[in-house]
Amino acid sequence: MASATQPPVTAPTARLGQGISSAFARLVRRPEAGSFLGMIAVFVFFVLAAGQVFVSPAGFASWLNVAAEIGIVALPIGLLMIAGELDLSIGAIIPASSLTVAVIAGFFGLPDGVAVIAALGLGLAVGFVNGTLVNRTAVPSLIITIGTMFAVMGLTLGLSVMVTGSTSASLQPAPQAKALLGQFVGGMFQITIFWWLGFVAVVAYILHVSPIGNWIYALGGDRISARNAGIPTERLTVGVFMLSGLCAAFVGVSQVMVYQSAQVAGGQSFIFNSIMCVVIGGVLLTGGFGSVLGIVLGTITFSMVNQGIYFTSFDPNFGSIIIGALLLVAVLMNDTFRQMALSYTSKKKT
Amino acid sequence: MTHPVLELRNVNKSFGPIDVLHDISLSVKAGEVICLLGDNGAGKSTLIKTLAGVHKPTSGEMLMDGAPVSFARPKDAADRGIATVHQFGGTFPLMTIGRSFFVGVEPTKGFGPFKIFDRKTANAVAVKAVQEFGITRIDDGDRLIGGLSGGERQSLAIARALHFGARVLILDEPTAALGVKQASHVLRVVMEAKKRGVAVIFITHQVTHAMAVGDHFAVLIRGALAASFAKGEKSRDEITDLMAGGEALADLDAHLDDAAATVS
Repeated sequence: MASATQPPVTAPTARLGQGISSAFARLVRRPEAGSFLGMIAVFVFFVLAAGQVFVSPAGFASWLNVAAEIGIVALPIGLLMIAGELDLSIGAIIPASSLTVAVIAGFFGLPDGVAVIAALGLGLAVGFVNGTLVNRTAVPSLIITIGTMFAVMGLTLGLSVMVTGSTSASLQPAPQAKALLGQFVGGMFQITIFWWLGFVAVVAYILHVSPIGNWIYALGGDRISARNAGIPTERLTVGVFMLSGLCAAFVGVSQVMVYQSAQVAGGQSFIFNSIMCVVIGGVLLTGGFGSVLGIVLGTITFSMVNQGIYFTSFDPNFGSIIIGALLLVAVLMNDTFRQMALSYTSKKKT
Repeated sequence: MTHPVLELRNVNKSFGPIDVLHDISLSVKAGEVICLLGDNGAGKSTLIKTLAGVHKPTSGEMLMDGAPVSFARPKDAADRGIATVHQFGGTFPLMTIGRSFFVGVEPTKGFGPFKIFDRKTANAVAVKAVQEFGITRIDDGDRLIGGLSGGERQSLAIARALHFGARVLILDEPTAALGVKQASHVLRVVMEAKKRGVAVIFITHQVTHAMAVGDHFAVLIRGALAASFAKGEKSRDEITDLMAGGEALADLDAHLDDAAATVS
């Protein structure tokens, strides 16, 4: 075994022959491998089951509009999950920020810009509280964010009734605000889709390009080792929770701009849906493993199933069965692919 | 005369009313491997944690290069070049070799807020560092830590510690969970570290492994140094007996014999 000085032998011709198989090996050990194949399968299924209409612009718009809203929330949820945390409070932040905009701009008639900033500030504040509580207590973030979710829900309902005397408020957004946040491009594509792409770029940069991404993986891998390695774990935790609050608030803002009204209830569906997108996307529930591309693919898959059912002849009332089955299959597939990634070794020259 | 890199003088450590370490005096020089032997519960972990800055000694002195030191946090010890490698090596099984090698000290390119994690450099440096220790099977920095064998993980962790300037390497049972061949890899890496002038504190309860690399041996029983001797002064059986508590075991045998006699 005295091979310390032996140079690695790789004949270029042998490399060429292995090109395809090694490209496949590369795909297979990526966190998004399972979700990519899943997305293709779901897409093909609905093209076959629903036919032409599913691949028409209207078909695309129907699931892209859904994907954009969930996707913007799913991104930070994915980061949190990679860091080993969860955030359920987004389910309360979304209606709270919608209502904040509607009350400030619609009820009091202040400029839309002020209302939007207030709503985003609200999201950041809830995220800050979540992150700080997670750092200060040993309580799992699942429990903490359930607590803050109910607190925000209560505050939203109480303040809304106290201020406006009603559980909903409407808004006539100014033309610029509507154009920026609430218009339908081409009559059917929500502008939120383009915002989603922007968020994807930012979060992908954070996780995969900047050094902070490495810290997030380390945090999810082992919090104590990460701290011993000199990572500012507490600031990082607060930062990711604040990003989550911000993204949820942004979805709330864009919803009120699109639908021009806001209710106290609503938004709870985002909690499970975003977690589902992230898990389908190959992120490990216990942290340390995942990718932004995977989260995006998971979101698309989830939205296609969610909307595609209406294009088929199936009874949409049974749609949730498919979603549930999809989640289980996705998790099983992702486990398999993760095992393959773990057991991957670079090919010995054969 | 050169000072030992790290020295403990009459160190005691107690947690509340419970005394865990009694009057420990130890020293390790550059390029020396000292083996710390002891059964479970002998205080090995507490001793390591004291050396690594997790615990502060209740009394007694710690010296580095002859000057007294005091660590408030593990980071202080790490900054002075004391690195601990735990039983399972890397603790981030789902990170790639390159990424986990540089956790907390990521190499970046670009400037200002647009710093980019330099994956290529990270992978290349990590692979080179571990290959220098003779572990040539690791040649792709994109592999996940969890896919490495136990011995490779240990070797990688040791290479990482030395790459970041460790002068004292504390190895906490590095061979305990390994097979024979894997363990011999790790022992070779330890010898290489020693050759580079690193002071190594090797904690184990496998006497064979200790005898293979140790220059000096210290046996810890119930928090006290029961014996301290240089290489070749004691045989393997003697060391095993010492670790097991020697007389205590003999006593137990006698008791058991008595008990057997009364029953029959």
